[in-house]
Amino acid sequence: MPEAKYLLVGSSHAALEALRAIRLVDPDGSMAMLTRDDRLPYSPTILPYVVSGRSAPDKVLLRDPAFFAANNCAYVPNARAVSLDAKARAVTLENGEVWRYQSLLIASGAAPAIPPVKGLDGVTYHVLRSLADAEGLRGAMGAAKTAVVLGAGLVGLHAAENMAEAGLKVTVVEMQGHVLPGYFDAKASTRIEDAFTTHGVELKLGRKVVEVAPGKVMVDDGTTIAADLLLVATGVRPVTDWLEGSGVLVDRGVVVDEAMRTNIDGVWAAGDVAQATDFASGNKALIGIIPTAVEQGKIAGQGMAGDSYRKDYAGGLPVNTYRFFGRVALSIGRAAATDGVEAVETASGAYRRLVLEGNRLVGYASVDEPFDVGIMGELIRRRVDLSECKDAFLARPVETGRRLMSEQWR
Amino acid sequence: MGVAFDSISFKASLCDGCGDCMTACSQAKGGASRISIVPGAKAGSFETALCRQCGDPKCVQVCPSGALDKDGGNGIIGWDASKCVDCLLCTAGCAYGGIAVDESVARVGKCDQCDGDPACVKVCPTGALEFRKAGSIFNEYGAKEDLFVPGLSGCQGCNSELIMRHAMRKIGRNSVLATPPGCIPGMGSVGYNGKTGTKVPVFHPLLTNTASMLSGIRRYYDRIGRKDIVVMALAGDGGTADCGFHAVSGAAERGEKVLYVCVDNEGYMNTGMQRSGTTPYGSWTSTTPVGEHMQGKTQDAKNLPLIMTAHKCRYVATASTGYMEDLYEKLDRAIAASFEGFSYLHIYSPCPTGWRIPSSKVIDACRLSVDSNFNPLWEYTNTSGLRFTHSPDNAHPVSAYVKMIGKYRHLSPDQLAHIQAKVDEQVALLKLMAAESPPPPAAHRAPAGSSTPAGAEPSQPARREIARN
Repeated sequence: MPEAKYLLVGSSHAALEALRAIRLVDPDGSMAMLTRDDRLPYSPTILPYVVSGRSAPDKVLLRDPAFFAANNCAYVPNARAVSLDAKARAVTLENGEVWRYQSLLIASGAAPAIPPVKGLDGVTYHVLRSLADAEGLRGAMGAAKTAVVLGAGLVGLHAAENMAEAGLKVTVVEMQGHVLPGYFDAKASTRIEDAFTTHGVELKLGRKVVEVAPGKVMVDDGTTIAADLLLVATGVRPVTDWLEGSGVLVDRGVVVDEAMRTNIDGVWAAGDVAQATDFASGNKALIGIIPTAVEQGKIAGQGMAGDSYRKDYAGGLPVNTYRFFGRVALSIGRAAATDGVEAVETASGAYRRLVLEGNRLVGYASVDEPFDVGIMGELIRRRVDLSECKDAFLARPVETGRRLMSEQWR
Repeated sequence: MGVAFDSISFKASLCDGCGDCMTACSQAKGGASRISIVPGAKAGSFETALCRQCGDPKCVQVCPSGALDKDGGNGIIGWDASKCVDCLLCTAGCAYGGIAVDESVARVGKCDQCDGDPACVKVCPTGALEFRKAGSIFNEYGAKEDLFVPGLSGCQGCNSELIMRHAMRKIGRNSVLATPPGCIPGMGSVGYNGKTGTKVPVFHPLLTNTASMLSGIRRYYDRIGRKDIVVMALAGDGGTADCGFHAVSGAAERGEKVLYVCVDNEGYMNTGMQRSGTTPYGSWTSTTPVGEHMQGKTQDAKNLPLIMTAHKCRYVATASTGYMEDLYEKLDRAIAASFEGFSYLHIYSPCPTGWRIPSSKVIDACRLSVDSNFNPLWEYTNTSGLRFTHSPDNAHPVSAYVKMIGKYRHLSPDQLAHIQAKVDEQVALLKLMAAESPPPPAAHRAPAGSSTPAGAEPSQPARREIARN
């Protein structure tokens, strides 16, 4: 029966950071990384670029076998975990293999959430979560003339842009009233929507797909759209089915405390699968982005290895960096918040929206105007009081932000 | 041993916001500048955004395409244009604006330190940007053999230990070391239970005769034909400026081929912190106390290295562990000069115990002593005269330096003014000596260094010199 002192289920950003954090403290403890995928580690974020052909599938791998050899970590692909016995400290795989552990990291990520649309199980549709999905979609694009994308989130819009560039007639159907809901306010979204419309992508916002059939999609406005290719990009859901019956507390994701511990002794969770503290509200929330996965993975790894320098998780901050048709849209924090906050907008050529609460930055979004997302994130996280320099900050947020962080460095 | 890296540092107090660095960077990189100078909080002050080449780089961790990676060899976080998908997540990782969108090419731009010769640093007219080579110095000298045993019994934060370990690393095993009474033998270099604390021959002369004994040792080595041995002293300021001065002065006058390193901690620190000839005016010591009748030392320090230049030594230099690169360069020249004549290196060395400064602030004190011109760094040879190795321009006021040191805590404004005046006077004198002027005609006398038997050999080529007096 294979055994590892540290067992990491998952192989993306959270698990890789945990590996690093563990090895800083414990260079020798046995370690294994299990993944349901058949590749070396890669980031789901890269997949739209694989679809577009900008990145070759074998060039997006984040680590090579030499890395795992150097870090004394067994990398086990094609290892789908199907159950966890927390009492026996053992994880069972699909192929029947049982891995025992001393401490376990649940970093099994998320999988596409498939909406209950009539007829969907009867047609061929695509999702975009794994390299295999990306390669499949890229292959399908070649033969298709029309495409329908369900969902105007990041994955959906990325894919729609790529398919439009490749010459397909693309329609995006989104339930919400504007694209990228949650990340951007309506004004910012309008700019993005315009770009898509200009490039020939039809956006059906505030609409639902009522039924799908081979080659066509019926929308609730009564129209029927031809679709050689159907992409479902209506969000993701943490992969937690294998934890059923294990006693690990699962709400929408695996519930973790400030140290990324689950309710079960010796079991941690991080990344897209984890439901950790939200910075703004203090409640438990799913924030499935790389920066939170990295932070959580590090904290979990430190906890697993008993690193005394571990700091509590301060809470996740939504970050969104989005490139569309060569333009740029950025947002961080509560960029779309309206209640009880002071929002300052400018739109001379570019759109900018600063959201403050009690003279402290809580959110920032821009379209067509880059800013230092990391600096603004740090101002938010540190709750820096901007009273002294508010005018300067509102007038020149990038320069003033750089100044403030330069001072912090000393 | 770990690996350390060189880095670009920014000193906000020296930046005048001219923006030359940004122009130079964007020219060198063909796009937006990787360094950004922005207005500071106060009018006329400036701050920067610049890649710090973090040890724990968030930009690398959040990159989904593996386009960013920290080079284990030089510490630079490199960006692979072919792998980058322009997702800009790295900009969300950096809290210092070190990687940002270059709008001219719609990609991110990031500092790569220009292969160790940063364009921004080269053009900075005020010295606000500096390429610190502390990392490569650490790597180079950390790899060399430490010629002292571990576990010397110096005080916590002792600067003399740093000096002896690093000087000996540079000088190497082919040396004979003299350590007259002081902290350096006191902390164990001359022995534990009949064994020495060094890996080279070491002896313990009297406080008064170090230079004389070294003269004899050198003459002996010359006689038996060993010309590769560095004969050197690691002496304190007491054994050099006071009790040992006649021997030092005599050896210098005779041109003995000796490397004499004076570790100046401004007093007799290992025997109870008494004042010495190099204790500066106003200092508290146990023999110049602070009370009703006395407010520290009432005389000025003698400027020993300046006195040594009057001996027309082969080489005289001042150094500080605050500027290790400078110290190492001077050690190189001092070693070379010690095979031709008297070579004198004066290293300023704050003493955490006797000066009342926290152990963790010793190097800060070293730097500030130089940056305030309290201890200007210069070197002198009898052929090229005197030159500064660390510019005395843009100096901090001396008050910034004395403020961090306990032995000056009692200073009155009058005393502080006196110290500042003394510093200004010394710098003015040094500047006068360093001024461009034709060297005096060569004196028609036997050159310094000819008194030792080997030195008298006419076949030696490196004899020619100009006496400068």
